[in-house]
Amino acid sequence: MDVQTGFFYVFSLVMLFAAFRVITARNPVHAVLFLMLAFSQAAGIWLLLKAEFLAVTLVLVYLGAVMVLFLFVVMMLDIHIDSLRQGFWRHFPLALAIGALISLEMAVVLFGGFRAGEAPVVPETVTNAAGQVVQYSNTKALGTLLYTKYLYPLEIAAVILLVAMISAIALTLRERKDSKKIDPSEQVRVKARDRVEVVKLAITRAAPAAEASATGAATVEEAKK
Amino acid sequence: MTLTLAHYLTLGAILFALAVVGIFLNRKNLIVLLMAIELMLLAINMNFVAFSHYLGDMHGQVFVFFILTVAAAESAIGLAILVLLFRNKSSINVDELNSLKG
Repeated sequence: MDVQTGFFYVFSLVMLFAAFRVITARNPVHAVLFLMLAFSQAAGIWLLLKAEFLAVTLVLVYLGAVMVLFLFVVMMLDIHIDSLRQGFWRHFPLALAIGALISLEMAVVLFGGFRAGEAPVVPETVTNAAGQVVQYSNTKALGTLLYTKYLYPLEIAAVILLVAMISAIALTLRERKDSKKIDPSEQVRVKARDRVEVVKLAITRAAPAAEASATGAATVEEAKK
Repeated sequence: MTLTLAHYLTLGAILFALAVVGIFLNRKNLIVLLMAIELMLLAINMNFVAFSHYLGDMHGQVFVFFILTVAAAESAIGLAILVLLFRNKSSINVDELNSLKG
């Protein structure tokens, strides 16, 4: 049993334990944390399979972004766990039987059909287009394939991400009724006559003459000082 | 005993079966249902990577890349719907989502 096999079993056991805890954990926060553990172990297994770029992507995108999003949502929601776990143990025997059946059947078939065959040796060095001998890079090989043969699917994937972003924002955006917000377009479109109205008032009575002259004299004296 | 393709495929199968069990057990908790779907996608991706390595074909890894993209989009929209649901119903119990009686 070489080192690689040992690592495979360590990663697999930890991952399966974490997956089991994900589906049985009482607290959803613990479930998300165990899911993160499972994904990190999967990244390790992908490293054993020499898919370095995808392993790093799994850690960055899944552990770094998607799982943190899960964690945010789980922590934001105020969930009554007990009502959600009704019937948990009632379904347990059936679920266990079906799960064991699926995995046993698949294991029998797979070990019957895919035992033979060593992995092809990945070349250490490859010759590039310019004729130089360079080290083989998984990332480079994947990138070459993505940007030549799979260019249009890549564009579609980008559009899918854009649509997902817009829809997530549009779904959760809500207009508050009590906010005193301003509408800039309405402000720009306003005309002077909408705001100021000059009203001509009819004179109803004459101003008292004596009072007016007295105050006028006072202001003149103040200005002189 | 060296590792064969069957080891990785069996690991993927067990992971997938665990996710199915999770869907059976947590039929009311929408968050755990989403997490079980993530586990299923992880199992599928593991099969793709294993086949890609053992057959010496890079196209499998390209497919994993696209599955990761779609899974990220799916979980983002799913969580947005979940938040919206919780805002309207104050619960994520699947049994209470029966207002659309068909």
